[in-house]
Amino acid sequence: MSKKNEVIELEDVVIRFSGDSGDGMQLTGTLFSDTSALFGNDISTFPDYPAEIRAPLGTVGGVSGFQVHFGSNKIFTPGDYADVLVAMNPAALKANAKWLKPGATLIVDRDSFIEKWIKKAGYQEDPIKEEGLDDFNVIQAPISSLTKTALKDMGLDQKSVLRSKNMFALGMVYWLFQRPMSYTEEFFVEKFKKRPIIIEANTIVLKAGYNFANTIEAMKTTYMVTPAKIDKGTYRNINGNQATAWGLLAASEKSGLDIFIGSYPITPATSILEELAKRKDMGVKSFQAEDEIAGICTTIGASFAGLMGVTTTSGPGLALKSEALGLAVMTELPLVVVNVQRGGPSTGLPTKTEQSDLMQALYGRNGESPVVVMAASTPADCFDFAFEAARIALERMTPVLLLTDGFIANGSQPWKIPSMNDYPAIKTRIVKEGSENYMPYARDVETLARSWAIPGTKGLEHRIGGLEKDELTGNVSYVPETHENMTKIREGKVARVVNMIPEQEVLGEPEGDLLVVGWGGTLGHLRTSVQEMQTDGKKVSLAHFNYIKPLPANVKDIFSKFKKIVVCELNMGQFANYLRIMHQEFQYEQYNKVQGLPFTTLELKDKFTTLLEK
Amino acid sequence: MTEQKAKLTFKDFKSDQEVRWCPGCGDHAILNSIQKAMAELGTPKEKYAIISGIGCSSRFPYYMDTYGFHGIHGRAAAIASGVKVANPDLSVWEITGDGDSLAIGGNHFIHLVRRNISVNLVLFNNEIYGLTKGQYSPTSKKGILTKTSPFGTIEAPFHPGELVIGAQGKFFARTIDTNVKLSTKIFIEAGEHEGASVVEVLQNCVIFNDKTFAEISDREVKEERQIILEHGKPMIFGKNRDKGLVLDGLKLKVVKIGEDGITEKDLLVHVSNENNPGIHTMLANMRWPNYPVALGVIRNVSAPTYDQAMVNQINKVKETSKIKNMEDLLKSGNTWEV
Repeated sequence: MSKKNEVIELEDVVIRFSGDSGDGMQLTGTLFSDTSALFGNDISTFPDYPAEIRAPLGTVGGVSGFQVHFGSNKIFTPGDYADVLVAMNPAALKANAKWLKPGATLIVDRDSFIEKWIKKAGYQEDPIKEEGLDDFNVIQAPISSLTKTALKDMGLDQKSVLRSKNMFALGMVYWLFQRPMSYTEEFFVEKFKKRPIIIEANTIVLKAGYNFANTIEAMKTTYMVTPAKIDKGTYRNINGNQATAWGLLAASEKSGLDIFIGSYPITPATSILEELAKRKDMGVKSFQAEDEIAGICTTIGASFAGLMGVTTTSGPGLALKSEALGLAVMTELPLVVVNVQRGGPSTGLPTKTEQSDLMQALYGRNGESPVVVMAASTPADCFDFAFEAARIALERMTPVLLLTDGFIANGSQPWKIPSMNDYPAIKTRIVKEGSENYMPYARDVETLARSWAIPGTKGLEHRIGGLEKDELTGNVSYVPETHENMTKIREGKVARVVNMIPEQEVLGEPEGDLLVVGWGGTLGHLRTSVQEMQTDGKKVSLAHFNYIKPLPANVKDIFSKFKKIVVCELNMGQFANYLRIMHQEFQYEQYNKVQGLPFTTLELKDKFTTLLEK
Repeated sequence: MTEQKAKLTFKDFKSDQEVRWCPGCGDHAILNSIQKAMAELGTPKEKYAIISGIGCSSRFPYYMDTYGFHGIHGRAAAIASGVKVANPDLSVWEITGDGDSLAIGGNHFIHLVRRNISVNLVLFNNEIYGLTKGQYSPTSKKGILTKTSPFGTIEAPFHPGELVIGAQGKFFARTIDTNVKLSTKIFIEAGEHEGASVVEVLQNCVIFNDKTFAEISDREVKEERQIILEHGKPMIFGKNRDKGLVLDGLKLKVVKIGEDGITEKDLLVHVSNENNPGIHTMLANMRWPNYPVALGVIRNVSAPTYDQAMVNQINKVKETSKIKNMEDLLKSGNTWEV
């Protein structure tokens, strides 16, 4: 047996906090993540919560989880399997036991492991035994009763007392990983500044948890994860939706146009609207529309009127916006549509991640209706791709559809704060007063982008609309050849965006046995698994796409240098099928998953190994 | 506003596009009325943005030499909302029909009114779908025979005025296509009103629903069957100006001056700026033959507008917030040095 208080150094650790959806697990996880980030670890997080705000107490369906992966090296994913699981009740154990690494540490609230909750979770009588976890490092702590004891003199009601039990668990985990508690205490002071008693209660319980862990024999070991060697600079934690909102704000500043966001609340996209609604101080006009259609239509109106138009949604909302998106294609107005993908079809899995809206993004409209389609791949790079989406829209006078997903939208990571000097100015195509013989559909010969005359500008009065139009005046035209020409022009305009996007990069050697192809939010898992195989000497490389329509110019060169290509995505093969259309000369293997969950690096490596052996 | 009024005539508002409505269509007269009203309002031409949806009426922007946007079916109210909120300096007009605004676009219509965004909405109500060649609309009278109701409709129609007031509308007026003088006057008042305005224009479709308003608009009967409301004037009508409206218990009643001791002084006086919508709703709901149909500005109440409130809120937050630009934002909240 190891001696008491042995400190073991680890490179990286995965912790999963889980409990009832009312147990405050998202907050607990977030506080631990922020503390670790401040400590200097690299982190990646994955909130996994049910669609119901308060599902029935003690049921597996109501379990809310928050996973954080932190380490002393670069961290690209929230981790497949947990080193530590905090389970506040038997249901939380039931939902998460299969995600434990062999021999992992399990912290449970012994007070909730009573017959009623054990049965409710679907166990017979001993959940630990039934899960085969006897040999694991199981810490059965009386979290609820010790929380009550700690707060017995505070005069708080029972409900408020039990609400702070998550802080007891957090205190235990802080001790286990030797984290400072100061950041969390400061958080209480800020968050509950109007209710000092709650600050005190949470602080007492947090410390009680820490001291309990320090005292009991069961926790013999603490772990040290040293700070990661990361670039110097100022950092902050950011999640994908916040980064998306901020990237749009950056584009607003660089273009000199205020943002108009017309959106309707929808999981998991809502927090982009919330984030932008806060930014009245930066001139944002946020409009919570009566429905998804009004969201995009008000935005199109605002874009016509000369603002930077943004609408945000998730899959079902994008379906509702389809017709209006076609109007933006026809009127050739700049517009950014952000689709935070979730499991579908229909209402599907609102809080779970998927990449199954790609075909909808590319083709889900009536008529020949091309838009630029791009995808962000990490929480932090949502900033850059939102900026780029707006830049392309404004400089090329086209709608741009930016795909993110529930995984990167809610996931967070430390982000080195960029300097705005590193971002280019955005040159809008606004026409100035005094231009003679203005033709709304006259174009730049290189880019095919039309110019943008803003209502209110004297002498540039003109009409646009959804009917097919003459190539220069924009007047309604039913001439057969005109329709065909205009169709080709609209397609060509999107195709020519290829000259403002970077070439596709390859992670690893430019040639080899297997090229792994992915796009969007799967980057972390694909990169980790490919790099691990490269370390093992396998000739595997990764081409991870952010630009989908148009594709980068060098795709063919890349693909032709590998013996096999496997397209990995969280759908039934939409990008693979798109590549079959765009680059028919190659054979594409597929690896697909539609469980509402991210890939695991283990399953990816298994697949790649099989493909290499075949 | 102190800026000088632009000196324009209705001809300045005509675009170079050929007007393609059917000969005899009521839309021609409405186009004239709006062009006259816009010239009269004195707003510079470039400040007008005319937004439409889909339907016969929605071709309107092409015939106006202003900024114009021909949208998609039902969505003009949303597009117009976006235009006005984006640039409150514009005079935004929405041209729409009964199908466009009360069927497919009903949701946007009521929310535009509820939010009180300064858009002048002109609702061409011909009680029929014209562009799709003759199907019943949400304002068609119950029982009407159309291509999609060969045995008569079995549903009750919307009354636009009631809907507007129900959605907390502050401005509702009604006119009829043939009365260009009245229409022009109403459009001017709508244009000057701050907040959402809805003008219902009873518009004759010569092809698919001809003479649907004939019973109240024919020369011989119109003075007996219409009442033109004017703010501050008694509610009086009739060829001989001998009929009027009084309140009888909880409802309106038509009375004859001189009968039962009724004098002009007994008649209700129209107060369009009364905030309480009770009488306005009753006036908007009057139908022939029980009542004359009310034309004129029925309701014109001032209230804070969404577009101005948004400007005010942004200015206020800008004054107090520490965050002025991206650099400030990026450095706000929790950050740490590595």
